[in-house]
Amino acid sequence: MKRFIGFIIKEFYHIFRDYRTLIILFGIPVAQILIFGYVVTNEIKNVKIAVLDESKDVVTMSIVDKMLSSGYFILDKELSSVKQIEPVFRGGEVKEVIIFEPDFAKNLEKTGKAGIRIVADASDANTGNLIANYTRGIIMNYVASMNQNLNIPYEIRALPRMYFNQGLKAVYMFVPGTMALIIILISALMTSITITREKEMGTMETLLVSPLRPVHIIIGKVTPYVFLSFVDALIIILLGYFIFGVPVTGSLLLLMVATVIYVSLALSLGIFISTVATSQQMAMFISMLALMLPTILLSGFIFPIENMPVLLQWLSAIMPARWFVALLKDIMIRGNGILFIWKELLILVGMTILFIILSIKRFKIRLE
Amino acid sequence: MKIILSIIRKEFIQIFRNRVMLPFIFIVPIIQMIVLVFAANLEMKEIKFVVVDNDLSSTSRRLTSEFTGSRFFNFRGSSFDMQSAEAMLAKDDADLIIHFNHGFEKDLRMKNSAPVQLLVNAVNSTKASLVNAYAGNIIMDFNRKIRMEWLGAEGNSRVKSLDISTAFWYNPELNYKIYMLPGILVILVTIIGMFLTALNLVREKELGTSEQINVTPIRKFHFIFGKLFPFWVIALFELAFGLTVGKFFFHLPILGSLGLLFLFASVYLLVVLGIGLLISALSSSQQQVMFLSFFFMLTFILMSGIFTPVESMPQWAQTVNIINPFAYFMKVIRMILLKGSGFRDIACDFYSILVYAGLILSLAVWRYRKVS
Repeated sequence: MKRFIGFIIKEFYHIFRDYRTLIILFGIPVAQILIFGYVVTNEIKNVKIAVLDESKDVVTMSIVDKMLSSGYFILDKELSSVKQIEPVFRGGEVKEVIIFEPDFAKNLEKTGKAGIRIVADASDANTGNLIANYTRGIIMNYVASMNQNLNIPYEIRALPRMYFNQGLKAVYMFVPGTMALIIILISALMTSITITREKEMGTMETLLVSPLRPVHIIIGKVTPYVFLSFVDALIIILLGYFIFGVPVTGSLLLLMVATVIYVSLALSLGIFISTVATSQQMAMFISMLALMLPTILLSGFIFPIENMPVLLQWLSAIMPARWFVALLKDIMIRGNGILFIWKELLILVGMTILFIILSIKRFKIRLE
Repeated sequence: MKIILSIIRKEFIQIFRNRVMLPFIFIVPIIQMIVLVFAANLEMKEIKFVVVDNDLSSTSRRLTSEFTGSRFFNFRGSSFDMQSAEAMLAKDDADLIIHFNHGFEKDLRMKNSAPVQLLVNAVNSTKASLVNAYAGNIIMDFNRKIRMEWLGAEGNSRVKSLDISTAFWYNPELNYKIYMLPGILVILVTIIGMFLTALNLVREKELGTSEQINVTPIRKFHFIFGKLFPFWVIALFELAFGLTVGKFFFHLPILGSLGLLFLFASVYLLVVLGIGLLISALSSSQQQVMFLSFFFMLTFILMSGIFTPVESMPQWAQTVNIINPFAYFMKVIRMILLKGSGFRDIACDFYSILVYAGLILSLAVWRYRKVS
């Protein structure tokens, strides 16, 4: 036991001696959460638009005004003909052109109808669609306010209420997502690299002939990272709470239990990668290529899983991050208890056991 | 010249000899691109909704069937008490509850107005606002319909309305795949280029073989050039390969000039390789390289505008993007491929990346020490 503790202490020294890695280990979660909180949002802001308004009357002016004062749009250019749209889009700055029909206000007064055309640059389909929807929403609101004092008969009023996230903050999605991403990357990456490093440098041999048992070597290697990953998780939760106001509605204890399970899963995945990889380079490529993009894209924290084709939905089911994100959303935002989340917890535990068994099977005590 | 050529040859032999790494360089990235492109869809189709109808009138039933008939909404059941409906919201089994109060139809007829409650699951805020907008549209259309029925054509006469038509240029079917594909390709090409360079160089350091090269007559410049050239070629090849796959599998439009794209890419890759070189000069072990590049990579990728538009980012983030190589290429590759932008449209980005390449390469070469 004393030997084992000595080994763990040695591993801690290894990590803390290397201040560059350490800075990054703690810098990553901070930087990531700030980036997600402030930079990466699906909300649109300051989108440059152009207006083609041959009518230039009170109504068109006030619609444009409504759009600009929403904060979503900035007026970049006033066009005078349809031919100008193409070059404006190709320049890449302007994302939307709004076209009002001639004699807009007159037509509206006379016939009760007038036409607006929204032309969106949809080379980015998601954003194009979003911008068009926002614009439509603003115009609809304007129409509603026009009609407000007209005493419309038989009016059905929609009363929306936002559950769990009244301010419609995007960070509510990103804090759980960042946590899942950072923990799996750091833990899997770090463990797989430290173990393959010993292999590559030939020091694994030295460790194997020492009186320490292989299990102890592995546990000793992993323990510091359990600690570090857990600290990272706490940093993210605290930053989310104090800077972005992401609450922890549910039980804190449950949150901790879930985090510990997820951290162990990530570490056992790291150990498994190290048994497969023969060099650090390979371990890194597996961790980077097989984990980073798939975790970002398939865990459902930027792009909703239910929108994906069925095949990808299955693929996302084997992403550990997906289940952890679901857990975090349940515990932190919806405040659900154990009755709602036992399934996800069980899946995480199952995955952990699977990776541990696979690693034990593949772990070689002898060198080839 | 001969020295450089031999180093280049040696590097190529070394890369292609390592059979285990080859699939990770050439096959895994392309498979990733093909698979992941499908994931990036924000368009809502299956909005799950539950109805709590305490009115059970013909009007409330008809409005419900309007939702059921819409291709955006997916009926998940009805219930009479809010508790069980709210539980479905909490379990993520529903995105929206539509609630009719008792007396909905009566109020509508007698008091001229009646509310419908929409309870939206807002954990995902983007989705919530779309759900709200779609639901609002359906209710408004239905409202016009019943006014028409109850009052005739006169009913809507006092209501002013605007005809809003929408046109999506360059991509009328809103195919998100052709937008994501170039973006993911940029990431993969960059990861390959940056990592291979940085890891390769620092590996020689770690294993002590750079020492052996240091005592040969090879000059610093020869060494660096010979090391970078193979990865530059591999990354360009990867780009071409990815574009070909995109063309055949996803009908990726290539509206602009491919020559211009590759011209830009070749300068861009100089920046990428330069950063790889700089990272390797600054670190002493592969582990450090990994962490440094991982940190910058993740940050730069997210800020580059691959998932979310750069224009929506705060001003400081856009300022930071000046040093973000991803951001330049991400923008330019999409402009050239999808919109057919010409050199005039991307000139500013091209010159910026050219200056950037000059700066980063001289910095990296200056930092690179032959003597440890």
